[in-house]
Amino acid sequence: MATASGLFLSEQNRFLVRRLLRNRAFVVGATLVAIVLLAILLAPVLTNGEPNRLAIRMRFRPPSGDFPFGTDNLGRDMFARVLYGGRLSLEIGLWVVVLNAVFGILLGALAGYFQRLDGPLMRLADALMAFPSVLLAIGIAAALGASATTAVIALAVVYIPRTARILRASVLVVRELDYVHASRAAGANDWHILFRHVLPNCMAPLLVQLSFVFAYAVLSEAVLSFLGLGAPPTVPSWGILIAEGRSYIREAWWLTVLPGTAIAITVLGLNLLGDGLRDVLDPRMKIEQS
Amino acid sequence: MAEPLLSVRNLTTEFATERGPALAVDNVDFDVGSGEVVGMIGESGSGKSVSALSILGLLPTPPARVRAGTAFFEGQDLLRLRASELRRIRGRRIGMIFQEPMTSLNPVFQIGDQIGETLRVHEKLGREAARRRAVELLDRVGIPSAAKRLDDYPHHLSGGMRQRVMIAIALACNPRLLIADEPTTALDVTVQAQILELLRALQRDSGMAILMITHNMGVIAEFADRVVVMYAGRVAETAPVERLFDHPRHPYSQGLLDATPVLERVERRLRTIPGSLPTPTGIDPGCRFAPRCELAQDECSRARPVPVAIAPGHAAACFRTDASAQWRLA
Amino acid sequence: MTTPLLEVEALSKTFVLPGRTPFARSAGAVRAVDGVSFKLPRQESLGIVGESGCGKSTTGRLVLRLIEPTAGRVLFEGQDILKLDANALRTMRRAMQIVFQDPQSSLDPRMTVEEIVLEPLLVQGARRDAKLKQRARELLELVGLSAAHAERYPHEFSGGQRQRIGIARAIAPQPKLIVCDEPVSALDVSVQAQIINLLQDLKDTLGLSYLFIAHDLAVVRHLCERIAVMYLGRIVEMAPAAALFASPLHPYTQTLLASIPAAHPRDRRTRPTPKGDVPSAMAPPPGCHFHTRCAFARPRCSAEVPALRTLASGRDVACHFAEELEEGP
Repeated sequence: MATASGLFLSEQNRFLVRRLLRNRAFVVGATLVAIVLLAILLAPVLTNGEPNRLAIRMRFRPPSGDFPFGTDNLGRDMFARVLYGGRLSLEIGLWVVVLNAVFGILLGALAGYFQRLDGPLMRLADALMAFPSVLLAIGIAAALGASATTAVIALAVVYIPRTARILRASVLVVRELDYVHASRAAGANDWHILFRHVLPNCMAPLLVQLSFVFAYAVLSEAVLSFLGLGAPPTVPSWGILIAEGRSYIREAWWLTVLPGTAIAITVLGLNLLGDGLRDVLDPRMKIEQS
Repeated sequence: MAEPLLSVRNLTTEFATERGPALAVDNVDFDVGSGEVVGMIGESGSGKSVSALSILGLLPTPPARVRAGTAFFEGQDLLRLRASELRRIRGRRIGMIFQEPMTSLNPVFQIGDQIGETLRVHEKLGREAARRRAVELLDRVGIPSAAKRLDDYPHHLSGGMRQRVMIAIALACNPRLLIADEPTTALDVTVQAQILELLRALQRDSGMAILMITHNMGVIAEFADRVVVMYAGRVAETAPVERLFDHPRHPYSQGLLDATPVLERVERRLRTIPGSLPTPTGIDPGCRFAPRCELAQDECSRARPVPVAIAPGHAAACFRTDASAQWRLA
Repeated sequence: MTTPLLEVEALSKTFVLPGRTPFARSAGAVRAVDGVSFKLPRQESLGIVGESGCGKSTTGRLVLRLIEPTAGRVLFEGQDILKLDANALRTMRRAMQIVFQDPQSSLDPRMTVEEIVLEPLLVQGARRDAKLKQRARELLELVGLSAAHAERYPHEFSGGQRQRIGIARAIAPQPKLIVCDEPVSALDVSVQAQIINLLQDLKDTLGLSYLFIAHDLAVVRHLCERIAVMYLGRIVEMAPAAALFASPLHPYTQTLLASIPAAHPRDRRTRPTPKGDVPSAMAPPPGCHFHTRCAFARPRCSAEVPALRTLASGRDVACHFAEELEEGP
């Protein structure tokens, strides 16, 4: 499809890639995210592959050559637990991003493009955004019962209004550009205009927003799991690891600090990546480049 | 000849861009005499605004950098002054007005305060005295019931009225030079006529010099005593205004005059300049207009033309001034 | 008498301004276009001139039904386009196209030149085959670009070239009418002349009619047989181009012409400078909108709206005292 080739192949976008690679925030952020992803994907190679294997005799070993992240109260290898736990955390984050994108685009596009829907949809968004986001997620998760799916739904719902608002704002701008009028004057209908002209030109701010949503989701998932509202503890996520390690925080700092560091690095990486994307894709920059 | 009020020599300003340094102003020379109205005309990228902003120290650095040149104003080189010294000259000895009367005024302050600020900073007037001066100034720029207008906010005023307020601010300290950067471009034609007439009257009364930067040949014809034609960061031609219109000698000036549609001359086809403006990052050893010039020869793309004196006060930076004299008649 | 290509009758558009906060009442209404009527014969061009806020651009968009009018009729080849359903309107739109002012925003940055130029044909159901691609290349050559440009993206072109692409898109479905909304005012002078000439050539070779909206009277003078002058939503005068410039009748037209800067320093304006600013479109003066700035205004002017009427001499003017002005002082 033309929009896809427009996104990935054109000279304009090769130029964008060059600019991204020269943006320090983006490069540092992308590197951090890449390291985290790589470690998580290579978990079976890097660790013994058994995050849940008990070894009572090896309880509370501090970080060492054998156990880079130490062991926990049941002697489980924390390195394996953090890397495998990251799988779940990132998976939840990714699903939140996907759900968030689908509904955020849908609602934002409808509100921005069809003026009659704008008022009702945006008042609904305002109402949702009136709650503190973590509190809202806790409420939804508590109502639906604790599970990974619940966490995904709760977090997606919390951030959908924000994404929808950002998309709506760009739709409102693009909708009034002359190429949209030209397309209408040529006889195109609303769906053609929306999918062919408006949405492809609103992708840049959306991409930026989604990278932030990913970061928030990873962070908030930890909060939910910590409170026992996320995934069940059989497959640990970072939030669960911190919750478990909390009881031993005086004796075994590594049980909380190291999963916490993993979260911090991931979130920092995603935020830097988002900042970099924003710098490069900012509409003002676009004008300058042409 | 008397010393000019402003004398700019070898002004060279470059911008750092994604695609390497861009020479926005390339060895530009021009003078503004005391009490003289100089029109500086050029299209986008000609360097006309950047020249003015360079000598006023108003360019954001980076990305901009004044690489070379001098700009003597009343015996001082503006380009060598410290920021604080330049600030004392700006707004006091040199007034400025810009294209956008909407954004040049601060929307959250009443216009009386904005005029008063200049007076209090530069003339050390007290609040009451500044207010009285502000009324006088608004009156002088033709704002009706000036005393009542002091407490208005900029959004209460029309575009033309805002530009009048900008002029009042620029004239607050009786500058010797007013730099007007496209002051009428954002205005409707009836308002443009008013503003030009106002500037003319103010100039006659105060004897200040004006450097009028514009892309509009009509504004030049209406307003300027002398003209500096700029193209792609360089001065193409300088001439007294009537001479420029009657005997332009740089092929670019000729093309610009012929390409401007005017009511009095309605032949069916306009004479055009082929091609489009060069990019500022390009490096040309020769004349930057050569690729679009019908008179261009080999030497035009090899060496940079220096200004050739044609008559007193009239010079064109062109190797083919002999040929261009006949060419336009053909 | 043959039907004119375009006939506009009492066309009006009132914009209701939204309130400042979600539940606030409307902040007022603007009559952007107020009872505008004109006819455009085949292969003729009409210029609409006026200052900002006079409603000239809105008129152009109403004619294409890019904005729905509040009242009035727009007849294209005798058919009221305001009564057409979506399908009939789409078919009709082949015959009416538009060229915009801003070459920056008028082309979708994510589409290739070929996709842009062919869009009017594709949305009309044409199939994107070799023949259509060939057509795109012909169109590009017609507007002075080269066929090799087809695969490139808009940001690779200069302002003038982009405007050529926009023109190629407009002529692609072989329209009879093109609304030109300030097509050269964003361009540099040296490029502007090229586009004016191109529009002139296309008009001659393709038999086009332009509804040419501009604030620069000299540009309109080059391209249009007839000119309508608008002020705050109304047409105040309409005349053949030569007559309008030789003897403007409406005081506003006179003001407008008197304001144009001289073409040569020898002819510097000595005429009286117009007074006052254009009043706000949200609260236009009653009666004749121009009476606040008019040197000839009398009490009747602020009480009664002058209709656009045809004088004995054949001129169309909306002024109560047009006959007196025509005779001169």
